[in-house]
Amino acid sequence: MNPVRKRRLIFVAIIVVVSSVVTALVGYALGTMGDYFYSVARVVNGEAPLNKTIRAGGCVIPGTIVNASDKLETTFVITDGVENLTVTFDGILPDLFGEGEAAVITGKVGDNGVMVASKVLAKHDETYTPKEVEDTIQGTENHSKTCEGMTYDS
Amino acid sequence: MASWQWFHRLGSPKWFYEKTTRWTQVIGVLAFAMLSVGIVWGLGFAPADLKQGNSYRIIYIHVPVAVVSMAGYYVMAIAGAVGLIWRMKLSYMVMKNAAPIGAALTFLALLTGAVWGKPTWGTYWVWDARITSMVILLFLYLGITALQEAYQNQESADKTCAILALVGMVNIPIIYKSVDWWFTLHQPATLKLTEKSSIAPEMAYPLILMIFAVYMFYAWVLLRRTRVEVLQRESKTQWVQDIVTGSSR
Repeated sequence: MNPVRKRRLIFVAIIVVVSSVVTALVGYALGTMGDYFYSVARVVNGEAPLNKTIRAGGCVIPGTIVNASDKLETTFVITDGVENLTVTFDGILPDLFGEGEAAVITGKVGDNGVMVASKVLAKHDETYTPKEVEDTIQGTENHSKTCEGMTYDS
Repeated sequence: MASWQWFHRLGSPKWFYEKTTRWTQVIGVLAFAMLSVGIVWGLGFAPADLKQGNSYRIIYIHVPVAVVSMAGYYVMAIAGAVGLIWRMKLSYMVMKNAAPIGAALTFLALLTGAVWGKPTWGTYWVWDARITSMVILLFLYLGITALQEAYQNQESADKTCAILALVGMVNIPIIYKSVDWWFTLHQPATLKLTEKSSIAPEMAYPLILMIFAVYMFYAWVLLRRTRVEVLQRESKTQWVQDIVTGSSR
């Protein structure tokens, strides 16, 4: 390669390297600010502000969903495998919300440690399985219960 | 310098135009055949998902266009780099025409994602890391398209766009890894190269076919647009005038 082109190649390499390093440093400085929601452990350990609107994400523990008999309110417990957080929600839940499914909750954590949700979104996992297959392999690799296998330590 | 001769011949617009006449037709036929089979297979015959039912079928559009919108950025940025280093006009023409195609694919990925998000998540839109970085990709594509028009001088436009494309390249690994680096509402990748994919095989085959089909479609549109660009930029040369007036072939 002749010297002129070599110089231009170095110029191109510098652009790519410098822009990558700058972005990496900015990303590193921002850290968890890039997160869409707090993990349950961070909420319970007090890293998330109390009585301010935040988002928390975790898996709905099977068997914890309780519907109030006289109103729309639902209570359930979400976990990230480390800590548990009780959530109450007075509204309509998304179709894919359910036991053993991940959910992202917008709301305020009160002084009593209970999160009062204003919005609940279902966080779908990355598995796709046909119904027929699920019926036959039930009990072996049940993907509708992904909470245990779910990791939140990225 | 002899070893580089093939490379410089590749950079000749005339050589490129003549060689790609046949390729473009073949790739176009392949693209449409693969798209037809993939869409009918994916939307019509692949089994419904256990939890999402039929709404998951949007992945047969969403995933392929999202994958190619990111790969297309590398095509554009590398073409820009080749243009900067070797001053290859043809390379700049590829770069210029990759931008609007990439913008269209990115827009389609965002749109199909929003349509799928409503029944699945319960919302059309959130500002999580994956979706936000895809919006940045759309703006990069649109910015490069607009920047091309901002200069009177074609060479300045090409150089500036190439530099912008190279700087924006850092966004692609961020999009790709955003679902692993941050907590996002968007789920992590389903198709994995190194480990077992978390999708049933009978659902994965049409998806993989669709990804290749959209790559083919991308190549076809890019070739066609670049060929028109060659004719425009070389319009003063004898060989282009021969083609246009029909005195050759």
